[in-house]
Amino acid sequence: MTTDTNTDLPETLREIVEDFAETDPGERLELLLEFSSELPELPEKYAEHPELLEPVPECQSPIFLVTEVDDPDQGKRATVHLHFSAPPEAPTTRGFAGILREGLDGLTAEAVLSVPADLPLRLSLTQAVSPLRLRGMSGMLSRIQRQVSERIDSI
Amino acid sequence: MSTSIPADSTAKFAEYVHGERLVSTDWVAEHAGEPGLVIVESDEDVLLYETGHIPGSVKIDWHTELNDPVSRDYVDGAGFAELMSKKGISRDDTIVIYGDKSNWWAAYAMWVFSLFGHEDVRLMDGGRAKWQAEGRELTTEKPKRERTDYPVVERDDSKLRAFLPDVRNQLGQFPLIDVRSPEEYTGERTHMPNYPEEGALRGGHIPTAQSVPWAKAANEDGTFKSAAELREIYTEQAGLGTSDEVIAYCRIGERSSHTWFVLQHLLGYENVRNYDGSWTEWGNAVRVPIAVGAEPGEVPGR
Repeated sequence: MTTDTNTDLPETLREIVEDFAETDPGERLELLLEFSSELPELPEKYAEHPELLEPVPECQSPIFLVTEVDDPDQGKRATVHLHFSAPPEAPTTRGFAGILREGLDGLTAEAVLSVPADLPLRLSLTQAVSPLRLRGMSGMLSRIQRQVSERIDSI
Repeated sequence: MSTSIPADSTAKFAEYVHGERLVSTDWVAEHAGEPGLVIVESDEDVLLYETGHIPGSVKIDWHTELNDPVSRDYVDGAGFAELMSKKGISRDDTIVIYGDKSNWWAAYAMWVFSLFGHEDVRLMDGGRAKWQAEGRELTTEKPKRERTDYPVVERDDSKLRAFLPDVRNQLGQFPLIDVRSPEEYTGERTHMPNYPEEGALRGGHIPTAQSVPWAKAANEDGTFKSAAELREIYTEQAGLGTSDEVIAYCRIGERSSHTWFVLQHLLGYENVRNYDGSWTEWGNAVRVPIAVGAEPGEVPGR
């Protein structure tokens, strides 16, 4: 479940996937909690304009996200940034958001769009978290990818 | 109950039929740490306990610890004994459960504990949110409880649990309470508002079921409504009257555990069962009748 099977992932995400795989199963939740705690606050421009964020109803807890693309005229080579808003009483959802933020922020649009839909199932969290809860992360990923492709195609 | 841990004498609880099944946040603050008492946190969010919990409390997760990993069922007697032993809980301990979302998952854990006949299980009124709102202490330190030797007790599914054939064969013979949202009841949607689609082929409800969304039993702060308010909602408006048998259901059996607690312990209905197969089973099963729209509907002819 390490490098060989995850060569289709951008390096930043592959490192996260490998970190989880190498962590003792009993401590994987702690690792997820670190991602949860490290999720950055929303920038002020979004904090004041929540309507600019997209809700993710696939998650069991309220979460909103927005993507930004620097210089969208560069198309697939444009750089992607991600922002999330999720309440502290939803640490699991925040943890998923933290993984996506750390794994995808700063990548090119092409790299973000290349991330396979089964990413959540590769995090070695199925047992610790349950497949049902992981669906929320799939919902976030698909919305990020849709927003990014809209932003670069809209030029 | 034959335990040495005293009941909470809060006046509100004395109005319920089995008010000893509830304790207040004050009571927990006063009694936590006493021998023979174990505080358990059970949440929807699997990481919430790790962010901070009531000092001394242990975590039990419904997804990963109470469900059988293979069969759509709960753990068996041996599995439950191992879980309780690992958590340091003895058969004669008093357990107080609290959790997020108005104690929805706490009630679910309590219902599963009750299938194994653990005698003294109580809920902390208002759950985690109330404890936090009151600015009470939370810690990330995990308690070190010594392993116990909890006996293997087989699960008794006959009294508190209903299965699809029980419901289908006795449609119309006793009241059914559908605790899902009004949109799920009418068939407009097959999942909770703001929640993921969890897969049912048809939307609607079990014919004859009355709609009483679970949250009607809770106040804004997550505490249970008063006995008089609950009687008005269930006994009067939903027409349960003096029924000696009631079945509650939702989508997978979690929200209906909250209603099960209200009917069985707070209002004292004698035979209340939770149909945990609920809509994800009924809404997908072959040749099982459903009703759509806002009316309960009739028992279909056979």
